[in-house]
Formats: sequence, structure tokens, C-alpha cells
Amino acid sequence: MSILVNKNSRIVVQGITGNEGMFHARQCIAYGTRVVAGVTPGKGGQKMDEVPVFNTVAEAVAGAGANVSLIFVPPPFAADAIMEAVDAGVELVVCITEGIPTLDMLKVKAFMKGKKSRLIGPNCPGVITPDEAKVGIMPGFIHKKGSIGVISRSGTLTYEAVKQLTERGLGQSTCIGIGGDPIIGSQFIDLLALFENDPDTEAVVMIGEIGGTAEEEAAAFVKNHMSKPVIGFIAGQTAPPGRRMGHAGAIIAGGKGTAAEKMAAMTAAGIHVVKSPADIGVTVVKAL
Amino acid sequence: MKIHEYQAKNLLREAGVPVPEGVPVFKLDEVEAAVGRLGGGTVVVKAQIHAGGRGKGGGVKVVNGLEEARKAASKILGMQLVTHQTGPEGKKVKRLLIEEGMDIKKEYYFGIVVDRARECPVIMASTEGGMEIEKVAAETPEKIIKEYVDPALGLRPFQAAKIAYGLGFEGKVVRKASALFMNLYKFFEQQDCSLVEINPLVETGDGRVLALDAKVNFDDNALYRHKDLWGELRDFDEEEPLEIEASKFGLNYIKLDGEVGCMVNGAGLAMATMDIIKLAGAEPANFLDVGGGANAESVANAFRIILSDANVKAVLVNIFGGIVRCDRIAGGIIEATRMVDVNVPLVVRLEGTNAEEASKILEESGIKMTVARGLADAAEKVVASFK
Repeated sequence: MSILVNKNSRIVVQGITGNEGMFHARQCIAYGTRVVAGVTPGKGGQKMDEVPVFNTVAEAVAGAGANVSLIFVPPPFAADAIMEAVDAGVELVVCITEGIPTLDMLKVKAFMKGKKSRLIGPNCPGVITPDEAKVGIMPGFIHKKGSIGVISRSGTLTYEAVKQLTERGLGQSTCIGIGGDPIIGSQFIDLLALFENDPDTEAVVMIGEIGGTAEEEAAAFVKNHMSKPVIGFIAGQTAPPGRRMGHAGAIIAGGKGTAAEKMAAMTAAGIHVVKSPADIGVTVVKAL
Repeated sequence: MKIHEYQAKNLLREAGVPVPEGVPVFKLDEVEAAVGRLGGGTVVVKAQIHAGGRGKGGGVKVVNGLEEARKAASKILGMQLVTHQTGPEGKKVKRLLIEEGMDIKKEYYFGIVVDRARECPVIMASTEGGMEIEKVAAETPEKIIKEYVDPALGLRPFQAAKIAYGLGFEGKVVRKASALFMNLYKFFEQQDCSLVEINPLVETGDGRVLALDAKVNFDDNALYRHKDLWGELRDFDEEEPLEIEASKFGLNYIKLDGEVGCMVNGAGLAMATMDIIKLAGAEPANFLDVGGGANAESVANAFRIILSDANVKAVLVNIFGGIVRCDRIAGGIIEATRMVDVNVPLVVRLEGTNAEEASKILEESGIKMTVARGLADAAEKVVASFK
């Protein structure tokens, strides 16, 4: 088993006829992912390679049975694209787009209340269940099927962690990049809960970074609800206050959101916190 | 993105938020006209820099009449203003705001930010005007009124009134304060702000409510909606020259104080690389996200930016090639070293597709560099290269 996506997931790619969307849809298909539809308004009826293109997500759901959406729509239209997927009843919406205005995302989150869809991202690499489904932009070959869950606010740093796991023979159940923005669809705690209930996940790696309080909330959750070992790293131990470190959400504001605070909270909750990003893999081995 | 107080006040005035009469001044010979326009009585001369704590640093003076105003202006304009937010070197003052003096009856704090955990805008208001809200929150949290705003509905009038009564406004002033709060929230939303802070908000002796100070930050992600206005408001003097240069090439660069320059793809890995340099016994000279492509041109530009910092004693390139193959990136790095003279030790670590092949290409290129394998190895090698 795994969480969020598997070999039965039926993917619709929103923005499939754009450069990014087309390139990554092909990569996902090459990995073995079932991409059943694409959406580009005005291009309904066309095909991208063998994939039928629809005008709306609702049509893609009705016509191709899509239940997971992967979004490559530019920032001005991305918030609307997420809401469209949610409105069409898509179970899982993965938004890769970087640069969506925060106030737009607040409206998206308000719109999603009471609806059954789950959102991953935006500003994230996506979700992968090795050997089953790659719903995102991560390089598939670094992954290996196994029992470690990975949750991260980063992209390439997630690849780094995954590589360290794979090198030590530790495969992954599912890896999720939750996104580097201040307002995102799913937080650490949402996914920790899923991994705790997934019989095929033995341990979880969580990679946080400066800014916000999501790691502190995760620490409280781990302390009270997790029986599986959790290994954690926080990026930005050397980041100066008041500066946005690449990710819109990575900022120490008003003295809050520092790596030291997060690492202390996580350590106190029993999480195996590593100081060096090179020690993630070896610490998972020890924790098991 | 940050803007100056006088710019924020101009925008607020247009948005229906009362602010004192004021005139921006860039040169000393403009002081006379400014004071004249304000009636020649008590005026406030305020340094305009993108940092808080200006009053304590000597950047704000209340004076009477033209002569005193001139004296204060000549002292402040061009001074190196040091506040708790500027760092010890301070910031050179190049702009002033001269404002009419106010008959202040009481000072308040009023701010709007996005609450990340609750996922909505939150208004914070307090009777402790003039104090930093972080300090009030730490020492007397009961004095902060918080009002959460539904992002779809915006601030409702009853909420504005609740805040006004909560702050202790009375009689006809309640309606003035509520109207100001409503207009401020609309401004926050329409201008895609990440922060609006009025500290202090004041009530005057004659029962007016005004924004005596104004701090406004914009959400950079919303730039596409406000290109013209934000373009006019941007003050390049307030930014690090190297960061401006880097932004021209689409590079995300932040200058730091250390000696190891780093070039990394991805923000998270870039931060992690800084962290591991520190663990290896040195300090990072910068944050630099070179982006996904990492081609010859972007790498060459990144080298130029990093090496413009005189403190840099060595450079670490750490690229995790995902979809882009490492042998291609290696080719880009070799080409870049032909375009830019890298005159300090260079350590390169490539990981991902064809990483081994890429390392060989680099080693056999004849270019002076150390090839590292793995993150820890890279950090140790770059620190050892100059220590």
C-alpha cells in the first residue's frame, strides 16, 4: 500500500498543452502513471500524444474517469484551476505552480472548506508512489519501492533525502512535496496521520524549513498520535531573519519561525532531528 | 516588497484612510516649500528608510518653524541611520517626509497580516500604540485584540465596530475609527499586501483618527497584478546592489556575511547547503538558487554575482540534476568557467541522472576544480580548500 496515489490513480493534467505540462505529462506517462486526460480550455477534442484533451475538468472526470489532478497552469490562473478541480469532485489535486498570490490561496482554502478534495501544494514537486504513480516533476529513477514515507516543504532537498534512503536500500512508500508557500493545501500533520495509518509505512522522514509553525504543529501531533519513528531535518539554520529564502513561505518574521525553535519542538516530541542534511539516510537506518 | 512611509501614506490617503498632511523632500532646498505648504508651525521631520526604529535612531524630529526644520533636515538627510533593523552599518537617508504636527490625545496599534496557521487575514489592534507588537504580545498579550477575517467575505462592519469599541473609542469617534479600519482592510486586499501596520494610529484632540505612521509590504507573488504601480514605488537604493543584479538574470540571490559562495538549484537544498557549510566550520557568503535549468549562461551569471563579493574565498556548486541530466550540467559549468574567471578554489558536486559520468567530464576537463561526491564530502572539501 501507500498513500494518496497508486497504480489505479487516474490522472488529469490541467495545462497539458503548455510547455511544462506537456513535458512533465510525458515524463509521468513514461514512468507508468495512468494519465487519462488533459484539460486546456479551447482545445477540447484534441489529443496530446494518446491523451484526450477536454475543455473543463468536469468533462475530464465524466469522460475519462479522472480522480487525481496535476496542475501546470500559470500563476494568474492557477487558483481558479484548483477550484475547478475541487468543484469537479477530483479527490486529490496536486498543484505544481509557483508564484500564486497569497490572498488567492486564502480564497481557495475558504472555497475548499466542507468539500472532499485534498490539495497538495502549490509550489511543490508533487507526489510519487515508487513503481506505481509519479504525479509531479520529481526524477522518478532516484526512488525505490519500500516502506519509508517522505514529507517535505522542498523540491531538490527532497530528492537529496530520497537519494540517501535509496542508496542505503531503504525504499519509499510515498514521497510528498507539500510546497514552499505560506498557504498550502496539506500540512505535515495531515500526511503524518495518513502514514501512521498506512500498514506499509514503517517510518517517516519530514523535511521542514524556516517560517510559519507547521513543524511545531507536526511535533505536537507526533508526540500524541504517532507510533512510527519520525526523522526530521529543518533547512535554514543559517538563514538571516526577515529575508525570504527563495520559497515565499521561508522567512523568519518577528523573530518567529526559526530553525532552532522548530528543531527544539521536534526533539522534545521524540522526533529524530538531524543537524546535517547529509545525515538523513543514516539516521533513518538507526531509527529502524 | 517594501515601500517608504510617504509612499504608503499617499496610497492610504487615496484609499480613504486619513493621514497627516505631508510633503516628501529629497533635497535640502525643498524644505522651505514643504514647511510653507504645511503652514509653517510645528512639523515632524522623518527619515525615509525601509527599516523600523527610526525614532530611536535619531531619524525623527519634532520641530517648530522653518529654521528648526531646516536644521533637523540637514542633520537627518544623508546621515547613516542605525536602527535595530538596519544592522550596525546603518542605512543612508536619502529621502525625508515633512509632516504637519498633530495634537495627539491617544496612540494605538493597528496591523493586518496573514495568519498562516489559521489561513486567513488577522487584524491585531492594541491600546499600546508606539510599542512593537512583538513586545506587547510577549509581555501583555491580553492587551491585543485579534479579529480574524473571512478571506472570501472581507472585513465585516460589525467586526470593525468591535475593534473600535474594544480599543475604547467613544461617541462619534467610533464611526470614524470603524470607517478607517474598513478602508484599511480594503486597501490590504486590493493592493495584495502581506503586511499593513499603523503604529501609531492616533486620536487627536479634536476627535479625528489618523494613521500617524504606515508600514506596507506587498506580496511579491502578486507583482503581475500591480506592475506599473509597484515599479514606480520600488526604491533600488534600499536593496543590495548584487541582489538587484542577480534578479536581472532571474537568479534568487541573498548576500550574507560568510566566505563560502554557494550555487545551488532549489531553495530548500540551497538553505541546506548553507547549513552544512556552517557545520563543516565555515560561513556561507550567500544564498543562491540558480533554478532548475542550470545551463552555461545561468551558471556563468551566478559565478559573476558570487565572485563580486570580495569576502568569497571559495565557491561550492551543488546541483541535484533531476530531469536535466548531470552531464549536460557539467558541460554548462565547464563553459561557464570559460566565460568567467573563477579565481578562488571551486568545488563541484553533481547528483542525479548520469552523475558519475558528469564527475568524470569535470575531472577530465583540465579546469582547476575539485569534484566532490555527496553533500558532506562537498562541504568538507570546500572548507578545506581555503583553511
